[in-house]
Amino acid sequence: MRIVCPHCGERPVDEFVPYGAAGLKRPDASASTSDWLDYVYLRDNKAGMHGELFYHVGGCRAWLIVTRDTRTHAIAEVVAARDQRDAAR
Amino acid sequence: MRYSVFSLLAQALNGQKGWKPAWRDASPKDEYDVVIVGGGGHGLATAHYLAKEHGITNVAVLEKSTIGSGNVGRNTTIIRSNYLLPGNTPFYEWSLKLWEGLEQDINYNAMVSQRGVLNLYHSDAQRDAFARRGNAMRLNGVDAELLDRAAVRKLVPYLDYDNARFPVHGGLLQRRGGTVRHDAVAWGYARAADQRGVDICQNCEVTNIRVENGRVIGVDTTKGFVRAKKIGLAAAGNSSRVAAMAGLRLPIESHVLQAFVSEGVKPLIDTVVTFGAGHFYINQSDKGGLVFGGDLDGYNSYAQRGALPHVEHLLEEGMALMPMLGRLRVLRSWGGIMDMSMDGSPIIGTTPIDGLYLNAGWCYGGFKATPASGWCFAHTIARGEPHVLNAPYRLNRFDTGHLIDEKGAGATPNLH
Ligand SMILES: Cc1cc2nc3c(=O)[nH]c(=O)nc-3n(C[C@H](O)[C@H](O)[C@H](O)COP(=O)(O)OP(=O)(O)OC[C@H]3O[C@@H](n4cnc5c(N)ncnc54)[C@H](O)[C@@H]3O)c2cc1C
Ligand SMILES: [Zn+2]
Repeated sequence: MRIVCPHCGERPVDEFVPYGAAGLKRPDASASTSDWLDYVYLRDNKAGMHGELFYHVGGCRAWLIVTRDTRTHAIAEVVAARDQRDAAR
Repeated sequence: MRYSVFSLLAQALNGQKGWKPAWRDASPKDEYDVVIVGGGGHGLATAHYLAKEHGITNVAVLEKSTIGSGNVGRNTTIIRSNYLLPGNTPFYEWSLKLWEGLEQDINYNAMVSQRGVLNLYHSDAQRDAFARRGNAMRLNGVDAELLDRAAVRKLVPYLDYDNARFPVHGGLLQRRGGTVRHDAVAWGYARAADQRGVDICQNCEVTNIRVENGRVIGVDTTKGFVRAKKIGLAAAGNSSRVAAMAGLRLPIESHVLQAFVSEGVKPLIDTVVTFGAGHFYINQSDKGGLVFGGDLDGYNSYAQRGALPHVEHLLEEGMALMPMLGRLRVLRSWGGIMDMSMDGSPIIGTTPIDGLYLNAGWCYGGFKATPASGWCFAHTIARGEPHVLNAPYRLNRFDTGHLIDEKGAGATPNLH
């Protein structure tokens, strides 16, 4: 698997550290146990398109969101996590 | 047909013409008392113990492919019960006890070989941690021996003891651990369950779970609707997908784990050795191939194949431990999809849906658990409540914070 980093270009996967599902929304501190359960433990774990955080430790050291088909490992999109956060604001 | 030395001799004289298929290739009936989804080791063991221990024989095991094509036929065949935490130690020890009597129980040669499992330590801190684990095991009646460097050297002289980064200081040995022929476990349980009337339906994929008023009524399959009073999910790497059919989200991620076998060589490694400074474990199959595996690739995956950087990493670990491996060629490599749970421990229990039971979250270690998992899951399904051995593995432990995190890695499935 090779990931096209928006900053560094196409790089081998061993330059990156995967860090689980992207797009999880941390609940407010006062949220219910079930909201926290959801956030900390429960995952969709889809067979198909899946957004996942990767840290480019061997390159620009930015957090990326890689959207990939978990059945084939084909990558559809890579964006900097920061850009996606800013776009969501 | 009962297998014995007499049946073997009789068939030898008969030109091997009288053997019958070991189990019937059944088609699903309209209705069952219990439907098990997934014909891996755990599903088949569950069916066997449902029939044998609880007298429930109107049971079907529905398998989307052929039995044994999942992780039960892809693992590195290691069995052991060297766990530290209270929920784990008694469960895995019960599993090892069941392995010890398995072949007589199911009348099938599963080549259970108690050749020992040796976990190496490479630092003082690691020795202390292993001593603690060994003590916890012995307090629970499990065998464990802490070996120093000289004792390990006597057992396995061919390691790189003075490796500059990871010198071998000693090891924790469980002599009752070992290996089992994985395919034979699937076949043996299938045959034993079949003989008690269980239907094993291959190429029968479950596509939907029907729930009415909070209670299961059956499953849709590629071979039609099958009504069921109770449904047990044992789909290993596909657990999240199957549970989603009933609207459940699980504390699980699916990841690929790779394994390898070398060309066959003469008897060389007569035990199981695990590297303590990384993730690498090795044993030798009875055919002579060295069987070894390591870490997950690290990202979610439903593809049963891994990537090259992880192969390289694993082989480097192997070379650091056993430099002679460099002379061998790798014959085959493959991957399996692991149901990695959020605390690294399995789930065997009830669900919020009546009549729906879950067996999942096996991570790297579900093969050794096969007998106890089936035994406990059968109990849970038959009685509607868990046995004391699997009560700690309930699904709602995540709600209440009663996690069983053997590795202390937290909610990061790819690190367990
Ligand atoms: C490379 C590798 C090495 C391993 N090494 C070890 C080891 O040394 N020791 C150890 O203890 N454990 C080991 N494991 C883990 C162990 O193999 C698994 O935890 C265990 O086999 C999982 O249980 P199972 O046998 O029931 O799974 P599986 O054999 O995977 O059974 C699940 C079955 O469910 C079926 N299924 C899925 N979805 C559906 C559906 N919708 N309808 C019908 N059927 C469905 C699948 O086809 C599959 O056959 C290893 C795993 C791998 C991949
Ligand atoms: Zn980069």
